[in-house]
Parts: sequence; structure tokens; C-alpha cells
Amino acid sequence: MIDLSRHQSLGSVLSEAVDKFASETCLIEADRERENHRLTYREFKEAATPMAKFLQDRGFKAGSRAAIIMTNQSCWPIAAYAVFYSGGVLVPLDYKLSAPEQLALLAHSKAEVLVTEYHLWRAITQSEGFENFKTRTVIVTGAPKKADMRGAIRWEDPEVEGEPVFVPRKRTDWACVVYSSGTGGRPKGCVLTHENYLEQCVSLTALYPFWPGVRYLSILPTNHAIDFMVGFIGPFVCGATVVHLRTLRPEFVREAFTRYKITYVALAPLILKNLQAGLRKRFDELPPLKRFVFDRLVEVNRALTRKEPRLELSRKLLKQVHDAFGGELRAIFAGGAFCDPQIIQFFYDLGIQVSIGYGLTEAGTAITLNDFKPFRADTVGKSLPGMEVRIVNPDADGIGQVATRSKAVMSHYLDDPELTAETIVDGWLMTGDLGRFDSMGHLQLFGRVKNMIVTEEGKNVYPEDIERAFDDLPVKEFCVFAANYIWPERSMLGEKLVIVLRLNEGQELTEELIRDLSRRNNTLLNFKRVSGYTLWDADFPRTASMKIKRFVLAEEIRGRLDRQDAIKEL
Amino acid sequence: MRTPDQTINEILDLAATHFKVSREQLSPDDDFFKKLGIDSLQALELLTRLENHFSIELPDYEVQGVSDFRTLAERIQTRL
Repeated sequence: MIDLSRHQSLGSVLSEAVDKFASETCLIEADRERENHRLTYREFKEAATPMAKFLQDRGFKAGSRAAIIMTNQSCWPIAAYAVFYSGGVLVPLDYKLSAPEQLALLAHSKAEVLVTEYHLWRAITQSEGFENFKTRTVIVTGAPKKADMRGAIRWEDPEVEGEPVFVPRKRTDWACVVYSSGTGGRPKGCVLTHENYLEQCVSLTALYPFWPGVRYLSILPTNHAIDFMVGFIGPFVCGATVVHLRTLRPEFVREAFTRYKITYVALAPLILKNLQAGLRKRFDELPPLKRFVFDRLVEVNRALTRKEPRLELSRKLLKQVHDAFGGELRAIFAGGAFCDPQIIQFFYDLGIQVSIGYGLTEAGTAITLNDFKPFRADTVGKSLPGMEVRIVNPDADGIGQVATRSKAVMSHYLDDPELTAETIVDGWLMTGDLGRFDSMGHLQLFGRVKNMIVTEEGKNVYPEDIERAFDDLPVKEFCVFAANYIWPERSMLGEKLVIVLRLNEGQELTEELIRDLSRRNNTLLNFKRVSGYTLWDADFPRTASMKIKRFVLAEEIRGRLDRQDAIKEL
Repeated sequence: MRTPDQTINEILDLAATHFKVSREQLSPDDDFFKKLGIDSLQALELLTRLENHFSIELPDYEVQGVSDFRTLAERIQTRL
């Protein structure tokens, strides 16, 4: 592994990596059963260097911002390398956002460059708001030869002469602006410095080392903090291989494990649940005698790994299971959202370590991680090296808001000093999550202080961001809440959104109104939809500027309505 | 060459069979996540079935954001 303490920036460390590990395999890009690309670190450099030169020729300089909106593919890290090499600030955006949302964040970030894929670019150019699009340079991958590029440049086209200049940056300079939410409301652009990433990388690789030959399967979107760290920066600084899979079809995900002998993978809880269901189905199909023997082997494995994982032993005891994962899997990182402990336990009993942790973009990825000494499915692990974590204002049960302080915590929210001041208090990042430390120093989570949910797919959804879909709903007023914000439950599972409706005087709840509500709800992406509605019979409390006092309204509803009766399914 | 109506009917037949719901319950404008009670990964599984049935290949991104049978049928129709 490269000694990160000698480096000031991601550009500098990545630049050393491509030379140091020149002959190692850097990237493999697979699409279904096809392999699109396979690059060594030398070939990666040869692909990225002209892109850096092209950017620089177009006036891209230290501090310039470049956005990437791409699915997981080799062009993603190649473009990111070119940006960092040129001293730029990367703005990784979620390709699953709608085109208007992407346009809003591109405008907010003031990105001068956009690197994207043809189908995404087509959607952006056809979107409402494109007339105000100001990004100067757009580079598009996968465009057909005769396509109308609407002013963009084909990824394959740039012809440059000469070498780019490496632009050094200081540790305190901005590396990325990462949006944790705010697509429809108040954009939360987390400004993360080079130091934030370098420190986080040191912490994570101390627990989960990479080395040449290790293969990381990149499935979580690379714009996500976890994949950016463990599917790009981490493997690169250690000379490991990143395997990009351009489809999330479960059957191809399963095949990728065996085809590429995957060592590590990060998965959203939803995919983990799907893998569990697939395995259970296979176990259930075993003939009775084989099933009996298999169940005994699982019991033996469970007993022998109670104190600590014993990977080699588990691989021998439950060979067929491990072979189905390629035989070289060392750990699955469950990321992006809270994971059901029974799923983690299921995999651990099979000798497959699912590493659960806790983090948020604002904290520079992870704050705690399970160290398997011993395995615990019921916590999110201990603080990572270098991360201070404390519980603010704990109640009688020791539960309070989780706060963290470290060199990995973001610098601030882009262009929002007020929100920054609310979130980083005396150097401590207030996470908005409720937790408690047990006697072993493990953090347990119990819910959120914030009005938001995180879906099983790892998506943060803020009610304010989706209310636009219900604009002009023919009611007196409405407000969307996370159900757990109104009626707190000491759980991170089964979170859902609910819309509170205040009808006009004399208005009745009709079938037509419910249909209208459903129709508007269905215009949202499926993970952003409200699950139900609640009728409220009083005017909403509002500030002098007519903003809804959400906290007060939630308290009033909680005081008068019972959760079970109040939420009507939509 | 199938007509758009044929395509949508075949999709509804296949979805009903695969997810074991009554065919009569499904109509073109239904939200398939809700009507079939499926998550995004199960929707991708349905897509694979549809690809096999229609002998086409649909990249994941083609159906990103699609949640009703009619739009899904339109996307498939362009590839037939």
C-alpha cells in the first residue's frame, strides 16, 4: 500500500498508484456474460492522461468543478483521475436521479464540466430546465456515431497533443462536493477535502486491507461514498482490481462472484436480502438427507466461529456455499442503509462475514465498523481508528444523538453556512441518528432525530424533497413526514413516508382525491413514494414566513393520533 | 411483428404467471411495484423473463424510473 502520509491530495496518490502498480490489473468492466474492458494500471494511465490534457486544454484548472453522472463503468474512475490530476473538484452525482434533479444539482454545484452517458445526456437535454444549463464542457460515453450530441463531445473523440500538467493541491483543498440529499428542496452538498478522504482511507484499509490480486466487485453506485472509497480510492492505493458490473440483475451478480473470484463487495441491504432469499431457496431444494447434513455443518460452523471468524475452516466445512461465491470472498460490506441483524447472522453462520458499519457522507463514509472480535449482528461496530464518537444528551437508557469528530468529517455544506452551523457544532458533526454505546464499546442505533428515511436500496429520502409531486393537490394543506419522525420507534428498519392531509372546510375524502394522490405518488421513483396518508383536522402551525413548523405539527399529531389507526395505506 | 396491444397483453400474462397473481387483476396502467408487491430487484428479474420471452436485450437503464406496464411495453416495443 502507498504511504498516504506522504501525500497531500488524491491526485498525487492516484498518480503514484498508476506507476507503482503499472502491470497489475486495475479495472475489469463486465456486462452480463460479456467483458467490455480489462485494463492494467498502465493502461488506465494511458486512458486517463489524454482526458486530463483535454480538460486542461479547455481551461479546467485548480479548483474547477467537474460532475460525473455515470453508471458503474471504467470511464468513471478514468474521468475522476483526470479531474484530480488536474487539481479539480469532483462532483459525483447519482445517475438514478431524474434529469430535472440532475440539472438542479449541476446548477447548484456550478460544475464547469460534465462527464455522462449517452442515454442520461439524452434525458437531460430533453428535460424541463435544460434551457438554463450552463456547464461548458460535456463529455458523453456510449454515443452512437450519428447521434445528435446537443453540443456535447464524444468520449472517444478528443485528440490531444502533449502531456497534461500535474496540478498539486493541499490537504485542506476541496476534493469533492457530494450531495447527500436536497434534490427538490435545500441542496446538501457536502464539501470533502483531500484530507477527509486520505484519513478515511487509512482508517478503513487498516481493518480491511487490499493488495494486488484482491478483486472488489463494484455494484453500489460509485457516486455513493462507500463505493467511491472501497471501490475506487482504497483498491487503487493498494494496487487491487475493481470489477464493474453494468447490470444489477441478480443472476449476473451471482455469476460475477464465481467468474471473477471476488474478494470484497459492498452491497445495499436489498441486494443482500435477495442473495439470502436465493440461498434459502437452494437449501430448501436439497434432498432431505443432504439438507440434514448441511444443517449440521452450519451448526458446527456456528459453534466454531462464535469467538472469531475462521475463514479457512468455514470454506472447508461449507465448501459448496463458498464456491457459489467464488471461493475467495473475504467480506461483504453492507452499506448505504441499516441492515436487518437476522440477515447478517444468516451469512455469518455460513462463514461469510458481512461487515456492518455506520456512516454518512458528511462524516467522510464510515464512523464505526464491526471488527468481528467477536462477531455481533446487533450493533454497527466500534469507532474506526481516528474517529471520536459520543452520545449527546443521553436519556435514562443512554440513548441520545450520535455525534462524531475526526479528520474525515466534511468541511462544510456548499453555500449553506446556516445548515453547516446547525450540523457541525463545536467541531462535532451531529448525525441526526439516535444511538447508544454498550459496555463493549459497540454502537447500537435506535432511530433518527431527523425527518428523513433511508431505504433498503441505500437512498436517503427527505420529505421536503418529494413534496413538489403533490403541489396543487386539492386540499387545504399537506405535509410529508417520515412516519418514525411523528411516531418514533426504536428501530432503523421498516421506515416509511406518510403524507398528512388537512382538508378544506366541508371537504370530504373522496375516491377521486385518493386516486389523484396515488397518481401523483406514482410520478415519484418507487423508493421515494409515500406509503400512506393521515387525515388531520387542524390548521398546520406555521412560522411568520408561512413555513410549516414540522416539529410542532409532528408533536401535535403524535399527541392526538395513534400510529396504527392514523396511517391509511395508499 | 407484434402490435403494441399484443406486447402489453403478453407482458401482463407473463407477470401474472411469474408472480402468481390473477391475470384479471392486472391492467396496463398499473404500477407493477405495487400491484405485484415487488421490489426493484424483483422487477429486474421480471425484465429478464421478458427479455427471454421477446428475445431482446434491454439494458437496465432503459427501464430505470419505469413503474407501469404500459411504459414498459413501449420500451420493449421499440426493440422488437
